[in-house]
Amino acid sequence: MLHSERVRGIVYQALLLAAVVGVGWYLIDNTLHNLQTREIQTGFGFLGRSAGFEIGETMIEYDPSRTYGRALAAGLLNTLWVSALGIVAATLLGTLIGIARLSSNWLLARLASAYVETVRNVPLLLQLFVWYGMLTELLPPVREAIAFGDLVFLSQRGLRYAWPQPAPGWSAAGWGLAAAVAGVLAWRWLAARRQQATGAQWPLLWPALAMLAGLPLAGWLLGGAPTALERPVLGGFDFQGGKALSPEFVALLAGLIGDTMLYVSGGAEHQGPTGGGPIAIIGQIQ
Amino acid sequence: MPKSRLAALAELVLAAALLVPALAWAGPTLDSIRQKGTLRCGVNSGLLGFSAPDRQGRWSGIDADFCRAVATAILGSPDKAQFVPTNTQNRFTLLQTGEIDLLSRNTTWSSGRDSTLGVVFAGTLFYDGQGFMVRKSAKISSARQLNGATVCVLPGTTTELNLTDYFRSHKMSFKPVVVNELPQIEQAFFSGRCDVFTTDLSGLAVTRLKVSNKDDYVILPEAISKEPLGPLLRRGDWEYFTIVKWVLFGLIEAEEYGVTSANVDKLKAESKDPSIQRLVGTSGDVGKGLGLDNDWLARTVKAVGNYGEMYARNIAPIGIERGLNAQWKNGGLMYAPPIR
Repeated sequence: MLHSERVRGIVYQALLLAAVVGVGWYLIDNTLHNLQTREIQTGFGFLGRSAGFEIGETMIEYDPSRTYGRALAAGLLNTLWVSALGIVAATLLGTLIGIARLSSNWLLARLASAYVETVRNVPLLLQLFVWYGMLTELLPPVREAIAFGDLVFLSQRGLRYAWPQPAPGWSAAGWGLAAAVAGVLAWRWLAARRQQATGAQWPLLWPALAMLAGLPLAGWLLGGAPTALERPVLGGFDFQGGKALSPEFVALLAGLIGDTMLYVSGGAEHQGPTGGGPIAIIGQIQ
Repeated sequence: MPKSRLAALAELVLAAALLVPALAWAGPTLDSIRQKGTLRCGVNSGLLGFSAPDRQGRWSGIDADFCRAVATAILGSPDKAQFVPTNTQNRFTLLQTGEIDLLSRNTTWSSGRDSTLGVVFAGTLFYDGQGFMVRKSAKISSARQLNGATVCVLPGTTTELNLTDYFRSHKMSFKPVVVNELPQIEQAFFSGRCDVFTTDLSGLAVTRLKVSNKDDYVILPEAISKEPLGPLLRRGDWEYFTIVKWVLFGLIEAEEYGVTSANVDKLKAESKDPSIQRLVGTSGDVGKGLGLDNDWLARTVKAVGNYGEMYARNIAPIGIERGLNAQWKNGGLMYAPPIR
């Protein structure tokens, strides 16, 4: 029986599995034992306890009386948010730079190459420091903020901008946008079916654009066409009202985009993103 | 391919075998210190007065001197202290994992740290309190006026938690800016990123000295917390704990009885006062009880001075009065149990 290749295979698999499980169990047991011997308390009970510290920017409601679990979730969402923005922006900019490197315009191609060659080996952490330093050292203090009308203010505290006051019209516009996206998808599906059945083509672009622009507009109009803006006003220590992008956020985003862009642009032929990730390759079609 | 699976299995078994000694119990701290011949001491990577390297790379400050005192008591020489710079995030982990034998890094003694981290505080080396520093131009005279301010704070500290508690209990709000290393957070404050910098009052005094326009900054009068800063060590070696605790008490008691680095040799030879004789080891066997020799405190005081000398050398130059850190006879909190 042991000469059967199939049986041997199964035996080896089982042995390997047992070894992996055994080593895993040993490591966990040993760690717990040592933590206990050293009187270090461990466990996940803390997740339900009140955190007691403040977080600068959160996407979900958070205050220091909330739990550690909530604080971790807030941090995780921040990471996902900055990653999502970074991926979109880096893809767009990276593609442009990749195309620019292949351009027949000598200046454009050389500038793009110079950018890639300069930044590609600067460690990400250093790039973050440079961006953060520029944002907090070169921009004016909050009381001397650079103002664009009374809508946008740029200072060491980041970018503060006016934002529509919450109103039914805006939520209606949001629903309109959602309906438009669903409508466009449905239209595409219908058009494809019709083309398969009859061979006739329906226009795609114009109805899609009309839906994407029209439905939110209709929702906004139906909701009473709100125009009131919440403007940032300087009061106390900082601007109050409106929305804000903090220097920490912008520096992190800029650093991530600047770094990831290189991989997207295909400029770092021998390097991949740290930790792996997709690399778009832009080739010239002769 | 059965052969490569076998190889993989062998590798796993080998890896497991190699992990055993690495994870095994390290043994009592005191033995390992004596065996290595050095005391690895975690200190602040740069807080003037507490521990900071000077131009020659020599660590100075009261926390660094305490490391030297323990090294002198156990190993006979202040040069046997080996300094490991730590930050607020990695300090406890380094101690727990045995990378350092002593953490002497302006660390606040609290019940949570004393009971859950597998560490134990040996006492208080410096009584501090948390304060706020603001720009003079902000025209603020009390911490109660800080509603809505942006506050620079070091993460993972009792400071961060006290700050939140203080604002919550006074129904005020703030925006935290959290940076890991002291130089960076000071830079963030001085550049104007934050309205307020908060840390222990001693730390604020040091930070304020670092800029040429120090008069543009004021430290608010409120101390919002108790911050007893002291040395701590890993649990599980009571002999070592007792030595560290009594080195601290010994330095304080030496000041109380007027034993200094300058007169300790003379007192050893001439003093007839029984208290002083016990301190310098010419009578009794205090040192033997601690598992050291009777000369332990005399040579420690000779090497680093008594508590008052350590204070005068390190803390006085940054402009902080003795205050709470004066001897109990002078209205302070420095009170050492008797050495006998």
